[in-house]
Amino acid sequence: MPVIFQPITVFFASIGRLLISALGAIGRVTIFAATTLSRAIRPPYYPARLFEQLLQIGWFSLPVVGMTAIFSGAALAQQTFTAGSRFNATSTVPAIVVLGIVRELGPVLVGLMVAGRVSSAMAAELGTMRVTEQLDALSTLRTDPYRYLIAPRLLAALIAIPLMVLAANAIGIFGGYFVAVYKLDFNAVGYLHTTRQYLTATDLEMALVKSAFFGFFIALMGCYHGFKAQGGAAGVGRATTDAVVSAFILILLSNMIITLMAFG
Amino acid sequence: MADGHKIVLEGVAKAFGVNQVLDGVDLGIERGESMAIIGQSGSGKSVMLKIILGLLRTDRGAIRIDGEDMLSMNSRDLERTRAKFGMLFQGSALFDSLPIWRNVTFALTQGRLLDSARMRKIAAENLERVGLGTEVLDLRPSELSGGMQKRVALARAIAPRPEIIFFDEPTTGLDPIRADVINDLIVELVEELGVTALTITHDMASARKIAHRVAMLYQGRIIWSGPRDRLYDSGNPYVDQFVQGRAEGPIR
Repeated sequence: MPVIFQPITVFFASIGRLLISALGAIGRVTIFAATTLSRAIRPPYYPARLFEQLLQIGWFSLPVVGMTAIFSGAALAQQTFTAGSRFNATSTVPAIVVLGIVRELGPVLVGLMVAGRVSSAMAAELGTMRVTEQLDALSTLRTDPYRYLIAPRLLAALIAIPLMVLAANAIGIFGGYFVAVYKLDFNAVGYLHTTRQYLTATDLEMALVKSAFFGFFIALMGCYHGFKAQGGAAGVGRATTDAVVSAFILILLSNMIITLMAFG
Repeated sequence: MADGHKIVLEGVAKAFGVNQVLDGVDLGIERGESMAIIGQSGSGKSVMLKIILGLLRTDRGAIRIDGEDMLSMNSRDLERTRAKFGMLFQGSALFDSLPIWRNVTFALTQGRLLDSARMRKIAAENLERVGLGTEVLDLRPSELSGGMQKRVALARAIAPRPEIIFFDEPTTGLDPIRADVINDLIVELVEELGVTALTITHDMASARKIAHRVAMLYQGRIIWSGPRDRLYDSGNPYVDQFVQGRAEGPIR
């Protein structure tokens, strides 16, 4: 082969390798999710573990989620006001705050915050159980790790994250309202009226659909990377990083896809 | 192989990439027998155990438990067969989020909170067998010493009354006295409960004490097996080098 072609073939070979390894990873994650689903529908069920995870994922994440929402809503109101005042369009503040929070910022910010908190914790916990042979021990003690560990986490995230997004939406709108009314001199009743006018059921449904996807990805990435961890403490660290990074990417990617499909 | 065998391995092979870890392992363990597998670190002893337990899949060969081929079983039979196994892990592998009594009864409840009063009683009985009192019932595994964790792990393995128990390096990480206590416990339990035992170890004193028969795994195959009394005059240069712990010899 002429030497001049060599950089080109190397270039395409590296793209090919990347593609193959990406497809392999997608395949492995899919098998992992399908295995969990097929095991989870048969007993024994673990309601106590589900409750524990709901607390862990939902309840204990609320402070972080609440703060994220209120700060973002407040900042969004100020920015919309500043930008809008150049065009005499400050009246758009309530509309932009409610749509921005409910459609995008609420689900995405909650997703990212909870991913940082929950995917990492799951990957670290399951990864440690893997490298200390606790996962193998489960199997030798007549217990299926998919049913006992993975299914409760996935289900809990699917339930908890949409609920938290609803809460974050309300808190975020309040953050905007607070800044608008107490700093930017908006009329309180008028602000709420406009907010109510622009908020539609479709937007809320879309937020719930998005957040269900995010919840699924958050738990799936945490569980998958923890479950497959190997190589001692360093392996657990790698699994934790991989879990958070891949959850972030999946959240942002799926958010873009859903947004483009729904509002395109 | 003859019928009295509890566990039979025929031509079991396993490779990880280009690394051929097991290369045709043949092994028969009789009912009620205690067998020790010796071999270097990384010789595939743990892989062999995990294959019998079904935690890893063999590339080829057959594994029979009570004459039934494990590889051709449906999932229900596999679950039933796996329920015959108990295992003592090298690092004990206790569940650190659960108190001792729930660890010990884990196989009976499959991790659910059932009938706590009865389970605590069962846990206490099994802990007593390994020489631990009721004061540990509500402690967490991290609050116990390594030797005590090993005992709890032993109690957890015997609690569901398995027919076969695997011991993965039972004495590694313990001082010689604690190690011998564990050896004594294993001998006692194997005799009292009438279980079939398979121990992997590179502790010669432990192998000689625990096992009726010893086999050596080298380069993916069983190269020697015989009664424990023959361990030091096996006539096999590989075994000789290993049991005497010499750096020079046929094993590089």
